[in-house]
Amino acid sequence: MGPNHDEVFLKVKDVLSDALGVDDEEVSVDATLQGDLGAESIDFLDIVFRLEKAFSIKIPKGELFPDELLSNPDYVEGDRLTALGLERLKSAMPHADFARFEQSPTVSKMSELFTVKTIVNYIESKLAAA
Amino acid sequence: MRWIWIDGFVDFVSGVRASAVKNVTLSEEHLHDHFPGYPVVPASLLIEGMAQTAGILVGEARGFRHNVILAKIRSAEFDDHAVPGDRLRFDAVVESMDDRAAATGGIVHKNGASIGRVGLIFSYLDPAPGTAGFPDHNFVFTPQMLSLLAGFLNQSASRGDSAHAR
Repeated sequence: MGPNHDEVFLKVKDVLSDALGVDDEEVSVDATLQGDLGAESIDFLDIVFRLEKAFSIKIPKGELFPDELLSNPDYVEGDRLTALGLERLKSAMPHADFARFEQSPTVSKMSELFTVKTIVNYIESKLAAA
Repeated sequence: MRWIWIDGFVDFVSGVRASAVKNVTLSEEHLHDHFPGYPVVPASLLIEGMAQTAGILVGEARGFRHNVILAKIRSAEFDDHAVPGDRLRFDAVVESMDDRAAATGGIVHKNGASIGRVGLIFSYLDPAPGTAGFPDHNFVFTPQMLSLLAGFLNQSASRGDSAHAR
């Protein structure tokens, strides 16, 4: 019997507050990792390692944070994602909420997709598939 | 890592753990200012000793193919300080490792007793050949640094890897 939603959320909260040096209370479900919690690129690697350990799962490169999409010219033109790029990103990140992002899908706004909820959704789908 | 802060390895299990020692001496000039009349090893240098021990552990596990650099200090807590005459030992263990980064944990000892714990994350800096500002050879693992592993490098030789530092 795996952890329920609340248990997953609490564990993700612990991971993020440890990795980012923020108080538990700041880690709300809609908080963005970079904008609200101050995460930098190296923190993403730290977060992946900690999540793997906390939930005994393996997170393949790019599965939680698909950063390599950005270097493909078919997917990005200037600061904007192409229609193909947006479609590709959506299929790479079924755990994220695109409602706001897809209204103006720019690279500079991509960090808004990485919220606490995104991580919780991802972990739950990994645990369900296991 | 152009400046070596550990004196030698006393234990090395490839990809798993490594221990290195460092003898603290008053001939280290920065101790004369830190502090005048009361020399104490700065905590930043205790972290550096662990970073070099763990960095070599990670580098060797990847066959010295990458420029392994310290990217994040996850945590560093010290319960005691070190002074000239002390013998430090840095025990590093690999906690996670993949093809982009590694996480290590470790304990710092002084004269056989634990005085602190350091958690680190290393990243691999491998720019494409010809990138401006970067040499084409491995600039982290210099021959001098690798000489610290003399006697332990047989493990990687028998695995078929070779050190690429020039």
